[in-house]
Amino acid sequence: MKRMTRKATRHVSQNEGLIFEKSSPGKAAWRLPPLDVPEANPASLLGQAEREDLGNMPEVSEVEIIRHFTRLSTWNYAIDLGMYPLGSCTMKYNPRVNEAVNRLEGVANVHPYQPEKISQGALAIMKTLSECLIEITGMDAITLQPAAGAHGELTGLLLVRAFLESKGRPRQKILIPDSAHGTNPATAATVGYAVENLKSNSAGMVDVAALAAQMNEEVAALMLTNPNTLGIFEKEIHTIADILHSKGGLLYMDGANMNALVAKVRPGDFGVDLMHLNLHKTFSTPHGGGGPGSGPVAVKRALEPFLPRPVIVTKANGTLGFDYDRPQAVGRVRAFYGNFGMFTRALAYIMANGPDGLRQTTEDAVLNANYIRKGLQGAYDLPYPTASMHEVVFSDKLQAKKGVRTMDLAKRLIDYGFHPYTTAFPLIVAGALMIEPTESESKEELDLFIEAMRSIAEEVEEDPTAVREAPHSTRVSRLDEVAAARKPVLRWKKASNS
Amino acid sequence: MRYLPKSPADRQTMLRDIGAKSIDDLFAPIPPEYRLGRDLDVPRQMAESEIVDWFRQRSGENGSEFTSFLGAGAYCHYRPVIIDSLISRGEFLTAYTPYQAEVSQGTLQAIFEFQTMISELTGMEAANASMYDGSTATTEAVLMAMRLTGRRRVVVARSVHPEYREVLSTYAYPQSIPIREIAFDQHGRINPSELESAITPETACLLIQSPNFFGTIEDVAAIAEITRRRGVLLVVSIAEAVSLGIVEPPRQADVVALEAQSLGVPLGFGGPYCGVIATREQYVRQMPGRLVGQTIDRNGKRGFVLTLATREQHIRREKATSNICTNQALVALMASIFMTVYGKVGLRELAKQNLAKAAYACQQFSKCAKILFAPAPRFNEFVVQTKEDPHVVNSRLLGHKIIGGFPLKKFFPELGNAALWCCTETVTRSAIDTAVGMLAESEADEPATEAEEVAL
Repeated sequence: MKRMTRKATRHVSQNEGLIFEKSSPGKAAWRLPPLDVPEANPASLLGQAEREDLGNMPEVSEVEIIRHFTRLSTWNYAIDLGMYPLGSCTMKYNPRVNEAVNRLEGVANVHPYQPEKISQGALAIMKTLSECLIEITGMDAITLQPAAGAHGELTGLLLVRAFLESKGRPRQKILIPDSAHGTNPATAATVGYAVENLKSNSAGMVDVAALAAQMNEEVAALMLTNPNTLGIFEKEIHTIADILHSKGGLLYMDGANMNALVAKVRPGDFGVDLMHLNLHKTFSTPHGGGGPGSGPVAVKRALEPFLPRPVIVTKANGTLGFDYDRPQAVGRVRAFYGNFGMFTRALAYIMANGPDGLRQTTEDAVLNANYIRKGLQGAYDLPYPTASMHEVVFSDKLQAKKGVRTMDLAKRLIDYGFHPYTTAFPLIVAGALMIEPTESESKEELDLFIEAMRSIAEEVEEDPTAVREAPHSTRVSRLDEVAAARKPVLRWKKASNS
Repeated sequence: MRYLPKSPADRQTMLRDIGAKSIDDLFAPIPPEYRLGRDLDVPRQMAESEIVDWFRQRSGENGSEFTSFLGAGAYCHYRPVIIDSLISRGEFLTAYTPYQAEVSQGTLQAIFEFQTMISELTGMEAANASMYDGSTATTEAVLMAMRLTGRRRVVVARSVHPEYREVLSTYAYPQSIPIREIAFDQHGRINPSELESAITPETACLLIQSPNFFGTIEDVAAIAEITRRRGVLLVVSIAEAVSLGIVEPPRQADVVALEAQSLGVPLGFGGPYCGVIATREQYVRQMPGRLVGQTIDRNGKRGFVLTLATREQHIRREKATSNICTNQALVALMASIFMTVYGKVGLRELAKQNLAKAAYACQQFSKCAKILFAPAPRFNEFVVQTKEDPHVVNSRLLGHKIIGGFPLKKFFPELGNAALWCCTETVTRSAIDTAVGMLAESEADEPATEAEEVAL
């Protein structure tokens, strides 16, 4: 590595094998209290259903477990270490008070079926969050049940289907822009709809004329992300909504990019009929290495009767409760009420911000993205010069001439102490670099990022091979993904001695 | 705002560098008529201490310090302290999905270990990186069986968790997937002759749960003999994962859908939990959800990556095996740590304690009430039928800081005044004796009338 980075320095990290490789009979990290009832005889209680052996489950001591997982943790990049510029992922700071309130005894240990009389606190948390999210989105009603964004999409399209069925028939198609997330078409297929692609115009927005031409009475809904995956606000959103509505279709908004809008504009005010939110993006609940998420779906009044069972209601005596008597409901999309632990965190985040904090957050997110855009212009190709909101998409067009692609640039960024941006998405940009800084980055961190990216652009000119072989400073170099997929090894096995 | 790391001067400098006069310039793309010209009507900005106070009050309203006999898909087991110590590390908590393998080896190796332990525990050959929860994992397992067989009909035991069945129906409806439910017999288990007649040449799979919703362990081997002979796949859902410490896993199944909440995940009013699908090696390419695989780097060093992504939505779009995008990585990590703490010996001993508590409770309850489905083997749940409405019984028990069993009338009206009781290792003998004592008192008296106020 020829260039020095100001952001990071190499340091020693511990090696660590698989937990199974540390296991040996007789080691233990557990102790149960003495049994206060007579011992059970499994053979007589279970007969043939008794299990004799637990295979290769590990046997280790407590200190080994602490070291094992702590060592593994040090091999991860994380928000707590620095900027995580993944476009469309909204990797913002995860406040610790959110974790603290979620671990309060009466929050963490509530059984979902305990009597409502002694669940009023949990219900109040759900009710308060629901009210906040309805206000933030400008919608009329909400379900918190979906467990993630894609699950919210699924719920949304089930609502679309149920609504249209109540009007006569569910229709056949969902329109999806070519810039959309892969979950959108996958969801449409899951809900039994055919997918029709909608081309973007040269400014990177929905081609309104094309939409008008494609819209007909077979189209159930348009799934639109706004701002879209190029970070561009769909200016003609209301015309888009009108086109849909004029032929009886619905406008579904994918709320993945809501971080650009909160407290500045409300989807319910610009013609959206229903949308999902990602609490793990916009509302700061931690990503946890890939989940859990939470994907509430907010709707306009006409769709409310179809929301999944149960919904929260205030009873005649003033207490909160669940209403299961919802004859038009689409059913339910998961057991119980959703990822409640994410509700507490999202609500704590909203309370910490208040109306002024939420607005400043959105402004800073958009400011940061535009600052990066300005800082990298010239060094990287900007395929769509339309104004950016909370994220900006460059392409690797200039670097590709030297045989360096977006993934290579991203991997080189690791050596500079940053997590890569989102690569090769959206699909309408060849070799995309999709960058979303969020509001959580200081000017200093952004300057370091810009410096790193500009430095990499220079390296591409000087020594493209070094960039192509990056990262150079990580525990492992680039991994053979082709081999992993060709002959999958999905678990450790004793026999293989691996 | 305390989460925002910029001074007003920073903001001014940045705007100047961008060439914007004010922040409003950056929001110019939003047509003015849609801009929100007012403050949002949400709670005002609160101090951290105020937030903690607010949640403490809500926490207090939820009634802690109760002994709970509730199970029914969510189980109260002791959670070793080190689970929260380890998952609170920012490198786990605040990391993204491990797409960039070189800076995500910690999460990737932890998931690989999770997949291995789940495979061992369920007796399957491979497991995925986790799903939303048990109900969605079960539904996805059924859809997977349909892809594997190319058939569209599904047979489902009525003894599967009612909410799991409702999720399956919700997913099945828009795709017009016919679901045939089969009843349980006097032992609360699948009726083999009804199963035989329910299977047709168009049947893709049979879905059962074991231990089933009534806590009864199904005769998986006998059922698998039927499904194999009739050429349909067997999908087994497991809601109480701790049972696998002492109950033979459904090795004959084709797909297992597990709810791993029991393994160190807080009850948390129903979520987040951790579903996972395990299956045979030959079926992994039709499995939904993320998978971590072992590979090597350029220097031959062992490492881990997300693999078989060509099944997934970001590559396959509408042809993907599922629309699922996230897994429940942090919750799966809780389960991994729990399984590691208890391990090969501890999991069996833990399960044995559950077995003993439930056996004792069952015996005590049988003195004053009827235990339904009694002859069949069970793990830590059992159904008690009383003369009195269980809501009324529970209402009285609440006064003694006891949450009684889950009344079944809502889902199984044919069982009358029945409730599903669960005894994990956290339930003490004295709590059991108190509950039995109060039940015995009321059962000796006249049944309560409907007029009596019901707490629910």
